[in-house]
Amino acid sequence: MFCLVDAILQAFEAVMVWERVQEKLSILSDAAKYDVSCASSGSNRKNTNKGLGNSSGSGICHTYTEDGRCVSLLKILLTNYCIYDCLYCVSRKSNDIKRAGFTVQEVVDLTIGFYRRNYIEGLFLSSGIFKNPDYTMERLVRVAKKLRTEHRFNGYIHLKTIPGCSEELMKEAALYADRLSVNIELPSEQSLKSLAPEKKRADIIKPMKYLSENIQRFSHERKLIGNAPSFAPAGQSTQMVIGASPENDLQIMSIANALYKTYQLKRVYYSGFVPISNDNRLPKLGTPVPIIRENRLYQADWLLRFYKFSLKEIINEKFPQLDLDIDPKLSWALRNLDQFPVDINKADYEMILRIPGVGVSSALKIVHARKFRTLGWDELKRFGLAYSRAKHFIVCKDLHSMPRDLHEEKLRQAILGQSKYAKSLSPQFSLFA
Amino acid sequence: MTRLVYDGSFEGFLTCVFEIYERRLQLAEIVRATLFQPLLEEEVLRIAAAANKAERVWSGLKRKISRESRNDVFKTFLSELPDMERHLLEFIGNAFQSPESVEKDFSNRATLYVSQTARKVHREKHRMEAFVRFQRTSDDIYYASIEPDFNVLPLIIKHFKDRYADQHWIIYDRKRAYGIRYHHDSGAVEEIQIKFEENLTGTFLPESAVAEEEPHYQQLWQQYFSSVNISPRKNTKLHVRHVPLRYWRYLTEKRNK
Ligand code: SF4
Repeated sequence: MFCLVDAILQAFEAVMVWERVQEKLSILSDAAKYDVSCASSGSNRKNTNKGLGNSSGSGICHTYTEDGRCVSLLKILLTNYCIYDCLYCVSRKSNDIKRAGFTVQEVVDLTIGFYRRNYIEGLFLSSGIFKNPDYTMERLVRVAKKLRTEHRFNGYIHLKTIPGCSEELMKEAALYADRLSVNIELPSEQSLKSLAPEKKRADIIKPMKYLSENIQRFSHERKLIGNAPSFAPAGQSTQMVIGASPENDLQIMSIANALYKTYQLKRVYYSGFVPISNDNRLPKLGTPVPIIRENRLYQADWLLRFYKFSLKEIINEKFPQLDLDIDPKLSWALRNLDQFPVDINKADYEMILRIPGVGVSSALKIVHARKFRTLGWDELKRFGLAYSRAKHFIVCKDLHSMPRDLHEEKLRQAILGQSKYAKSLSPQFSLFA
Repeated sequence: MTRLVYDGSFEGFLTCVFEIYERRLQLAEIVRATLFQPLLEEEVLRIAAAANKAERVWSGLKRKISRESRNDVFKTFLSELPDMERHLLEFIGNAFQSPESVEKDFSNRATLYVSQTARKVHREKHRMEAFVRFQRTSDDIYYASIEPDFNVLPLIIKHFKDRYADQHWIIYDRKRAYGIRYHHDSGAVEEIQIKFEENLTGTFLPESAVAEEEPHYQQLWQQYFSSVNISPRKNTKLHVRHVPLRYWRYLTEKRNK
């Protein structure tokens, strides 16, 4: 009799535990979701001695949210208790919301349980600041350490570094994590002062610099000595909130460009501000999320990193704001019509990449295929480039004599008039073609 | 016109290619047995897969095209598209005849077909690596069932073997009625066939067959999926482009939705 009651109680408690974890998960994933970074790429951790998992090359998106963003990592906060009061953040001290906190073990179990079922590529752990930066950071590091050492977990781990934590903790974090990030938060020091009064630019730049120096030093050592320890092998990234403060795109892109150049950041993420309060220092509730602007920034960022454009070509004092109607590559082309039309059969790869409507894959096909014969429109069409746009900018076997209207405004109208254009607004993948 | 009928295996297909060259057949077509329909006035050859003949064609290709391109040939084969044999035969013919490499000659029809089909198959492989959802059974097997558009199981073995090296897992293709199974003790992957009970048709196993924790993890994952959504940004079109409707039935996060 006694045993039976015991058993029932135990079963009841077990269910309670699951329910509590689920409630925490709902609160702490909800709070983390505004952090856009989802990349799980850039690391190459092999599964040695039959442990669990690996991370290699390009990370996998295991699903997509209903707003179309890639889900590859379990992205949660350890806790949303916070002693700071950053205006743009749902977890800020003064906000009246439900608070929760995971234990280290709970995060470890969730990660392993999800990973083994092929739901995720790994963990992205961030946190509100409770007690103090070191106290918080120490717990984040403990999660990573447990995963790596007790569970021999080789999946992806991204830890947010807590501004103001000690260098020792950062160093330890880098030994277990694939990527670390320090968020730049806002595009100018002034905005930081008014919207995140407890944070200082210097506290953000210092850890970035520290990480950058060490990431390079360790990766250099690893090249010399194969088994030297790894230090955040997937590098560091950062995030900027867009549209909460008045900076223009030129300011934003200049910061991104400087971060790529100075600290070798792997990615800068732009996060369109989602209004969360009626504080008059911020856009009002109901203000639309600047999704198109965010997308244009990603496209511009892409041009910078993969299409060999310089910052000045994309955006400058004369054009300090990215065009919302058309993508920055087309925008550049329209401003530089003297460089067109481009001869598909002769131009070098870099120039072909710059043709609106031509993406990396069709550009590669073009330069390979033209070795065999002179390319005409028939071939081009099969390579998957966007004729309706590209035709204005191309010379090929069949298009020599086509009369073309190389007038900026007319071209712009012609292209804008085409159906579908400017509708493909993916927050993460830039669609130039 | 001579038609060569084979068993549907890659080896069988390559054997047919071998025979066409060996017998110097001018007008020939390769057909898998499942698609074969006898026509009047034609010659039909039933070809049995022969490892040594297939091997000769394959090593011939090794001298002519890169490993990448040979992978494309295999992937195109796995597409199971009704006309893939014709294009592959043409592509292989071009490769053998041309003194220089043909694999990048995208203005050639067969080359383009192979490269584009291989890409489709590759995309499906990638999707399966993403969309497989294991359920832990009561005897500690991680089981997943899939119904891919193309026959991609041979392509995903390595990925899952490397990743889940310490697990016992099964991925089963319900459409093609075979699966792959890995056991951490042997470290090897084998092909298996399962006889399912008749009422077991869906992706998900009944509660009686899964581990005690399994429904909880499924629920946690569903919770996570709904929590990370930002509703002011809802964009169903984009969502469905990334996760086409036909895959929803595998996905735990879409279960009972
Ligand atoms: S410190 Fe981080 S969690 Fe805390 S209020 Fe600021 S942004 Fe939010």
